[in-house]
Amino acid sequence: MALSRDEIREGLSDILEEVAGVNPDDVADGKSFTDDLDVDSLAMVEVVVAAEEKFGVKIPDDEVANLKTVGDAVSYIEKG
Amino acid sequence: MTGLGATTPLGGDVASTWEALVAGRSGVHQLAHAWAQELPCRIAAELAVEPSEVLPRVRLRRLDRSEQIALVAAQQAWDDAGLSDDLDKERLGVVFGSGIGGALTLLAQDDILEESGARKVSPFTVPMLMPNGPAAVVGLEFGAQAGVHAPTSACATSAEAISWAADMIRAGRADVVVAGGAEAVIGGLPMAGFSSMKAMSTRNDDPEHASRPWDRDRDGFVMGEGSGALILERREHAEARGARIYAVVAGSGLTSDGYDIVQPDPECRGGGRAMRAAIKQAGIDPKDVGHVNAHATSTPVGDMAEVKGIKREVGDHVVLTATKSMTGHLLGGAGAVESIAAILAIVEGVIPPTINLENPDPALDLDVAANEARKVELNAALNTAFGFGGHNAALLFTKP
Repeated sequence: MALSRDEIREGLSDILEEVAGVNPDDVADGKSFTDDLDVDSLAMVEVVVAAEEKFGVKIPDDEVANLKTVGDAVSYIEKG
Repeated sequence: MTGLGATTPLGGDVASTWEALVAGRSGVHQLAHAWAQELPCRIAAELAVEPSEVLPRVRLRRLDRSEQIALVAAQQAWDDAGLSDDLDKERLGVVFGSGIGGALTLLAQDDILEESGARKVSPFTVPMLMPNGPAAVVGLEFGAQAGVHAPTSACATSAEAISWAADMIRAGRADVVVAGGAEAVIGGLPMAGFSSMKAMSTRNDDPEHASRPWDRDRDGFVMGEGSGALILERREHAEARGARIYAVVAGSGLTSDGYDIVQPDPECRGGGRAMRAAIKQAGIDPKDVGHVNAHATSTPVGDMAEVKGIKREVGDHVVLTATKSMTGHLLGGAGAVESIAAILAIVEGVIPPTINLENPDPALDLDVAANEARKVELNAALNTAFGFGGHNAALLFTKP
């Protein structure tokens, strides 16, 4: 069964907290990874690898550049 | 020298480490880890306080253990010196070394590569394993811009770092330098490597008595992990802000043996020249050097060679100690932690003991603060550190 957007965001939030120390309260669709959540490019690599594992999706490197906000990532994972 | 910091097998800071040193406590234990059980040497001196008790979790994830403890020690030294963030960062330098660097990170990430493939390798692998990592992390923490340097000379590393730091100030390149070293390689491969060289003690059933410099029954060094950091500051700079000055780096000597990649020169010629250079630069009489915190690692050849060098260059009046009998050998962290011990010996008027010196080697013909701390008024003390590769460092500290 496909996950809802809320479930994906929650899973993403857990990853962000684990690898980058992001406060779960700060995670919302409109937030930019780099500008709002202070997730730098190296931390983003860890987030992507953990998200691939958790959600069973592939996020190619050239796709990562398009994932500017939490909402972008949630939508990408939602599409599978 | 206006600030001191350390995290060692004896304590998580300078005060607790010093208290244990003076009390003569050993930090050596049997290793409980599964990986250690088949090694020839199954004892080591692990940190008394885990970095995870001090640093935030996400910070820890991105730093090798050597970088974590460098940061812990450097922060303590910074706070101890009472330095503030409005310091001119273009006049702030760092000289911080590691003998081996992030070997445990390298090994752990190699396991991940083998088991899970390249994509799972941490993006922080390179900054974690590079041997200049501790220096870089400390430099970033304080925003140092006068230069961040990372000498690597095995077990002479952090003594060499202090010498370079003093030179940086003397050359006018910086007003304040954070100097020191860190090492954290208690793991299967490093220990197996040193064991294959027959350099490590195998007194596995009696860990607290395994590190026994100058004792007849010494059988090799015991590995320790830890970091020491010292704030070196131009005298006028320290005086202008009313800082407490622990001691002065009055002289330093760096030489190389040109003898063998790992064997010490049995006459300690290179080590002796380093001592002579330090004393000469300080412009004092060797008779005024009251104490040597010796490199003495508890290996059969090295310990006695050094004694010859000290006797020849400093004299037979001096009181020696080998604090490795308690801390184990901190490798790249040794020179800094032992310099702190030598400085506090001057400040406190107490030389920490060399424990486990039960049956002195018949060739030991110098006075050692054996088994009990010695109260002595000191004006000058020397620290020596020698490393695989034939690196020799000697640092002479004097009362301010």
